Amino acid sequence: MEKTAKVSRPFMDDLKHTAFLWRRSRLTMIGSVIIVIFLLIAAFAPLIAPYSPVEQNLSIKLQSPSWQHLFGTDQFGRDIFSRVITGSRTALWIIFLVSVISGSIGIIIGVTAGYFGGIVDEVLMRITDMFLAFPSLVLAMAFAAMLGPNLTNTIIAISIVSWTTYARLSRAEAIKVKSQPYIEAIRAAGGGNLRIMFLHVLPMCISPVLVQLTLRMGTIILTAASLGFLGLGVQPPTPEWGAMVSDGRNFLIDQWWISTFPGIFIAFVVLGFNLLGDGIRDMLDPRLRR
Amino acid sequence: MNFGQFLLRRLFLMIIVLFGVACIVFFIANIIPADPVGAILGGNAPPEAINRLKAKLGYDQPLIIRFGNFIAGALRGDFGVSLKTSNPVMKDIMNYFPATMELAIVAIIISIFLGITLGVLSAVHRNKAIDQFSRIFSILGVSMPVFWIGLLLLLVFYFKLGWLPGGGRLGFFTYPPPRVTGMYLIDSALAGQWDTFKEALLHILLPAFVLGYNATASIARITRASMLDVLKQDFIRTAKSKGLKRNVVIYRHALRNSMIPTITIIGLVFGGLLEGAVLTETVFSWPGLGRYITTGMLFLDYPAVMGGTLYIAFIYSLANLIVDILYALLDPRMRM
Repeated sequence: MEKTAKVSRPFMDDLKHTAFLWRRSRLTMIGSVIIVIFLLIAAFAPLIAPYSPVEQNLSIKLQSPSWQHLFGTDQFGRDIFSRVITGSRTALWIIFLVSVISGSIGIIIGVTAGYFGGIVDEVLMRITDMFLAFPSLVLAMAFAAMLGPNLTNTIIAISIVSWTTYARLSRAEAIKVKSQPYIEAIRAAGGGNLRIMFLHVLPMCISPVLVQLTLRMGTIILTAASLGFLGLGVQPPTPEWGAMVSDGRNFLIDQWWISTFPGIFIAFVVLGFNLLGDGIRDMLDPRLRR
Repeated sequence: MNFGQFLLRRLFLMIIVLFGVACIVFFIANIIPADPVGAILGGNAPPEAINRLKAKLGYDQPLIIRFGNFIAGALRGDFGVSLKTSNPVMKDIMNYFPATMELAIVAIIISIFLGITLGVLSAVHRNKAIDQFSRIFSILGVSMPVFWIGLLLLLVFYFKLGWLPGGGRLGFFTYPPPRVTGMYLIDSALAGQWDTFKEALLHILLPAFVLGYNATASIARITRASMLDVLKQDFIRTAKSKGLKRNVVIYRHALRNSMIPTITIIGLVFGGLLEGAVLTETVFSWPGLGRYITTGMLFLDYPAVMGGTLYIAFIYSLANLIVDILYALLDPRMRM
């Protein structure tokens, strides 16, 4: 035991310590389990769903939950269980693309502002302020409505309103990094601005942005579901949870299951991301890393 | 920097930001849609109708003139005429906004009361049942979609139990009180119509609770954290050892000193209420500004979308400005 302790492997120790912290926090574990289940459901959706999520069969419309139709059927006789399961793919696709797009826009704007400073910084940050001057859902609604509501435009609209956080974060990081000696060394060796920015400053901003992205994934689902619910998001027949909740509004009294089950799935997955996000934040907080 | 300079700088920045906001709104409604008039009228509209609508919306003019007209109009509070209601958009906004404001105010009152109570109780009874309950209540509050909570509560309290009315601001057969502020609770109280007041209050309870749920969760979490901080400090031990009653220590000494973070979070969540209002108003058929712009967007009512969005952004920025000024008054270090 003594001997292994002497061989210092900071990275492995760090990883072990993180695993320890993860195990210690029950809520973080629950969150991780929920997310793993969500990913598995999305991956194997066609195998899990017993019926087609889009095929209509009016002879079995509005049936209550039963062994044939676990979550019942909707007003077009579609199996709600199959639609909810397939809807997880829509949700995952939105989370993935919005994270990639808004993360990239944010990091590029933030690094440019932080690296150049001065007037470039002032202009880019004022533009960021302008986007922050809207309640983000309202701005996303406006973009989605004008682009025409569908899956692609939902992703574009949510990306457009959510890059601001990452821009501010990577700007702060870039300002810290650019005054480091190694950047000066690269410049002395003849490295140009673009080279320094993209190859030496930007990579340093990636990990804080990645953490922030995971913290915000729950919000992305909620925004996408809200757009769907208002009719400004993914359009039927594509199964999307928010739009499915909205489908059931007119049948709330007698067919409660149409709205209830997709809502439970939204809440469940968002809960998973929130618990995991809180856990990640605690694990990275140096005051709690003991 | 003294307070006057801070205020001037902040106001100047707000003007720049609002100009940018107007540019974004103009961009959304004028540059993104490829063929707005075609989208409104459908594919096979007669050319005269297309030309008439183009002239009405100003789309027969060059972009730069349209932009100039939009900015000049916005400065005067003139956003043109809504295609759907045929009223001036500003008049519509003035009709719908008090409903949103009333909902937001009741929501914030409910969430301050509930949030602080929950926060204090869970700090005092740390890790006991009430603390666990409050934790679950909070985490569900930020995880469940607002519109879904609204529908579930509607299902339970209106359809199943019948305790609360279903939607709208008043019952079907009740006349609204004479308009003074446009907020029914205030107007009916001013007119002395207590039956109407009671009805308006019953109608607003459920939507206000749903709208305020998120805010309640945030306020409860912050209050709990800062109460725990304060309860650890020496002056609390002193107060206890002086033999003061437990409730006096908790409410007079600890709660008062833990209020600053709570006050700041209340400012922050108030802005978020505008966002939640869009969803809550749709669920509860509440005739407010959020519902107005949502229908505007669904029907491609361009003047209503531009005016409504700009107005919401204006109110949101104003709320943020007030929060910043309050911060600066409370904490001089923020004036930088």
